[in-house]
Amino acid sequence: MSQATFEEMSVSDFFYRNRDIAGLTNPSRSIFVAIREVVENSLDAAESQKIPPDVYVRLSFEAEATKETQIYKLRVQDNGCGIQPQFIPSAFGQVLYGSKYKLKQARGTFGLGGKMAVLYGQITTHKPVLVTSSTGQEKIYSFKLMIDIQRNKPIILDRKVITNKDNWRGTVIEFTLEGDYLRAMPKIIEYFKQTALVNPYANITFVDPKGRLYKFTRATSVMPDPPTETLPHPYGVDVELLQRLIQVTTCTNMSTFLRQHFHRVGEITAQKFLDFAGLPVSKNPKKLSHEEIVKLMQNLKRYKDFLPPDASCLSPLGEELLKAGVMKELNPEYLVVHQRKPSTYAGHPFIVEMAIAYGGGVPKTGNFVIYRFANKIPLLYDEASDVAYKVISAMTWRRYKVTPDMPIAILIHVCSTKVPYKTVGKEFISDRIEVRKEEANAIREVSRQLSHFLTRQEHVHMEKKRLSIFNKYLPRIAEFSTTLSGQTKRPDIDKLLKSVQKYGTEES
Amino acid sequence: MAQKKAKITERKQEVLKGLKAFGTSVYNQLDQGVFPSVNMPSRSTENITYDERLRQYILGEKIVGRSTRNIRHIKPFTQLAWVALFSNELTSQRKTSTLRDVYYSAQAYEMTFSDQQESNNIITDLETLTGFAREDFNIFPEERSAIFGDLDVAYTVPGYEGKSVNLTSHPDGVLIGPAITSSEFLKTSANKIIAIEKGALFTRFIEESVHSKHKSLLISCGGQAPRQTRSFIRRLHDELNLPVFILTDGDPWGMHIAQVIISGSANAAHLRDLNTPDAVWSGVWASDIIEYKLPTDPLDEVDIKRLYELQKDPRYQNDPIWQREIKTFLKIRRKTELEAFSRYGLTYIVDKYLPTKLEAVPDVAAGPDKKKK
Ligand SMILES: Nc1ncnc2c1ncn2[C@@H]1O[C@H](COP(=O)(O)OP(=O)(O)OP(=O)(O)O)[C@@H](O)[C@H]1O
Ligand SMILES: [Mg+2]
Repeated sequence: MSQATFEEMSVSDFFYRNRDIAGLTNPSRSIFVAIREVVENSLDAAESQKIPPDVYVRLSFEAEATKETQIYKLRVQDNGCGIQPQFIPSAFGQVLYGSKYKLKQARGTFGLGGKMAVLYGQITTHKPVLVTSSTGQEKIYSFKLMIDIQRNKPIILDRKVITNKDNWRGTVIEFTLEGDYLRAMPKIIEYFKQTALVNPYANITFVDPKGRLYKFTRATSVMPDPPTETLPHPYGVDVELLQRLIQVTTCTNMSTFLRQHFHRVGEITAQKFLDFAGLPVSKNPKKLSHEEIVKLMQNLKRYKDFLPPDASCLSPLGEELLKAGVMKELNPEYLVVHQRKPSTYAGHPFIVEMAIAYGGGVPKTGNFVIYRFANKIPLLYDEASDVAYKVISAMTWRRYKVTPDMPIAILIHVCSTKVPYKTVGKEFISDRIEVRKEEANAIREVSRQLSHFLTRQEHVHMEKKRLSIFNKYLPRIAEFSTTLSGQTKRPDIDKLLKSVQKYGTEES
Repeated sequence: MAQKKAKITERKQEVLKGLKAFGTSVYNQLDQGVFPSVNMPSRSTENITYDERLRQYILGEKIVGRSTRNIRHIKPFTQLAWVALFSNELTSQRKTSTLRDVYYSAQAYEMTFSDQQESNNIITDLETLTGFAREDFNIFPEERSAIFGDLDVAYTVPGYEGKSVNLTSHPDGVLIGPAITSSEFLKTSANKIIAIEKGALFTRFIEESVHSKHKSLLISCGGQAPRQTRSFIRRLHDELNLPVFILTDGDPWGMHIAQVIISGSANAAHLRDLNTPDAVWSGVWASDIIEYKLPTDPLDEVDIKRLYELQKDPRYQNDPIWQREIKTFLKIRRKTELEAFSRYGLTYIVDKYLPTKLEAVPDVAAGPDKKKK
């Protein structure tokens, strides 16, 4: 009988072995995910400073790899906030290291995405990643890095510093990776198009391996207000978080502890809650027993009178920007956008934004075109698993005069401090009842407006048809009656034709 | 006879006047800047009643309007104006056209009808509006029936004006078409008209010289007599002053063929002079089945249903013979055909049955006929 052997695995090793959870499943999907993760980091970096993003992406052919795959070099440059030199190695060389673990809306959340791309490049091509960045100060820093997968630590191969003469600010990241661009191309182009749609204030340029240039120009330089960081809401806490807060707190009584570390808790609320929970105000949080912490967590969830989280930690697009984005990329004949009031699920605030576009540049596919976004990221895979798909399918479209063969695009944007993704791959949103309700209300609202538009359009159409009937027949009647009555001059029917027209415009 | 010719031209003039009046009314309305409209009697079933005095169906007081202001009316109104113009051309140029021709001619004027039925309806509208039958506009249906007998007629159709012909000149009979219906009647030795339901028997009657033996004009109805044949019978009756006898199969359908010649149909309630109230149904009666011991078939369900319908029909109320025969049919539950007389030999119907009926009938039908004159 052999004995079981135990060993430790690092997080990078874990994700390396299970890279499919991050979406790196095959050569075509992997190249798509790599581009997406790096571009999203760039957009985050610019947006956090309310800088209209300029993102330049170049994918160039390096060498043939296998029958179906090639080696490509990916280079992404942005005008974002840049990274201070001491953080660069870990930001790109250590899995689960990041600046976005805070309670505010961002594209990135896990401290994983960029690294998975780099890691994938490293294991497929055995080459380092090159990161050049400046925060706009005197120096520009360049690092050549590899990841020590087993230890989950960056290996610095080279480091260069140059003076920043032109006050450049931003980051350039460059690495090689294996993939199947031809296969991935449609999704990648779609990704850029939808990214441009939901980031109408961004300039995005993509040069593909064939040298083709895809340029998405910003339609506005108005930016949504960046989110402010927020404290955790009492409804969203767990025992782990409570213990951590107790460890770091300097507060010595329960009232100040609650007020300082939780969102939406003031003096009166703290007082009332502590009464409810049967805890003395003066109790020192550090003295709470494990059982008391568990009870506190349960009571925090049970107490009904906490105000819901406010939405300042969110940065939705807003109706104006959403409109600008859709007009820019789809140019529909009719567009209606709607932003829901903030709502929460499990203590996490979220906002649903919805648009419905009709006609014009919207293609007729025999079914609605659905554009899904979460925190301004397009979601391109697993549409049928997304809660939005269920909401759209559950609609009684007949009631809105809408049929699937109409050229209709539906756009859903969910933003939250914690988007309820089903997977680390950020592909679809799970069916949370609160989210589903908000999406359903939003789609009903835009559909109602669309149906008004369709009714109006039908009227206009009918009116046109009505006028054309008068225009067609009255002259014939004039002609026939002139001959029949033996007259020579046709009666003047212009006045009559004008009168139906006037009647027509009054009616519509 | 000259007087008669004048009558035909006079009617043509009236038709043209009626059409022009419609055109002028539409023209004037347009000229005054109003949407042209017309009113005409409604042809809906509630507005059709049976007139005891006229002994035919007539339209009641209900009027319907067609206004070009109404989006649903403007197309049929345009079609009506076109049909009026087309009829005007036919009548003034003395050309004829079939219903089907009208339908096709419309396409040349970019005045398409969606189907033949639609164009037929518009023609009926023009009849209702002007009070003239489509035959007056020289529009004829496709189906034709025939006439045979000693009658000289003079044509009035272009190219044949003044030419005359004797209606025994062709052994198959002469088609009752626009040339015959528009001809003048010159001379006849006949003293009666016999209208026969079936073409086969009509031919037999010619072969057996019924026209000379019984001094009669023979008419083949070809089943339900077409409108122009019905109005032609009326003209023969009125202008030549001849009694009309009708021979049909001995069943409810044959009986009704006779009735329509006599009393007209609800479909033509907007027109006059299509029926011949003085005509007489001579047979085959239900009582003849018994009297002549004719071979029969049982009445089937639809026959019986039809008999009950006819029993209530207003046209079947004014002469007791109808109710009597309906009752007999219902009692014996049998029906027969004209050909059934062949059991007594080929000439029996001509030599024995017909003379009896021709003598017997005037007594039965004498009532209304005599009173009127
Ligand atoms: N272009 C960039 N400009 C500035 N900072 C960047 C840039 N790219 C990455 N970073 C920094 O590196 C960190 C790690 O990025 P990474 O993509 O691995 O994780 P993340 O974006 O935090 O989360 P996620 O796994 O959801 O993408 C980020 O949190 C950010 O602080
Ligand atoms: Mg990221």
